[in-house]
Amino acid sequence: MPLGRGDQGDARGLRTVEEKSPAGPVDLLIFSCSGGSNVGQISNQAAVDLARDGKGRLFCLAGIGGHVKAITEATKAGEVLVAIDGCPVHCAKKTLEHAGFSPQVHVVVTELGVEKAHNLEVDSAATRSVAEMVEKELEG
Amino acid sequence: MNGDIKMAKIEVFGTGCAKCKGLEKNVRRAVEEMNLDAEIVKVESLQEILNRGIMMTPALFIDGEAKAVGRCPSVEEIKGMLGA
Repeated sequence: MPLGRGDQGDARGLRTVEEKSPAGPVDLLIFSCSGGSNVGQISNQAAVDLARDGKGRLFCLAGIGGHVKAITEATKAGEVLVAIDGCPVHCAKKTLEHAGFSPQVHVVVTELGVEKAHNLEVDSAATRSVAEMVEKELEG
Repeated sequence: MNGDIKMAKIEVFGTGCAKCKGLEKNVRRAVEEMNLDAEIVKVESLQEILNRGIMMTPALFIDGEAKAVGRCPSVEEIKGMLGA
């Protein structure tokens, strides 16, 4: 069962491999660019929403970029990696690739019709669209 | 057998699940089979686990470096990590 609000290994969200289930998108790790723009923040909020809905586990892109071994080793244990980028620069996907990971699902917020702006406004409708696109890609 | 290998500090992180116990068992077996002089530390404190950047357990650190996180490596794999 993927980790989510209702499926946490303990009160702090730590999980163990014991919680793996053959049924769902097990060990689905979500990385968002979380950049300094509206689309970056939408990518982050979509990742948070997906994790809270039990679709996967929000993971630390900064840990990947920082070559933090505890994070990169844990990422190796992930079965499905999802990258959510805000814009066509694709920082999240590139960061993962730079560390040797290939996300199976890659969603870009601006490709869903959201224009990038240098503000931090998180449009809830756009956030839902991004989350839905991730789920659609996972089903495909 | 491997007396020239310096004493390793092996940390096993886990909160007590079967996989965590399995990892500790594998570590002890690997150390025993290699006749290593190693310090094996079992870390069960959630706060310590989180502070070390571990997002999945079990986790294995050797001399402060993460070697496996979120999985339980075999005895043979651990021996390889220890320089066998």
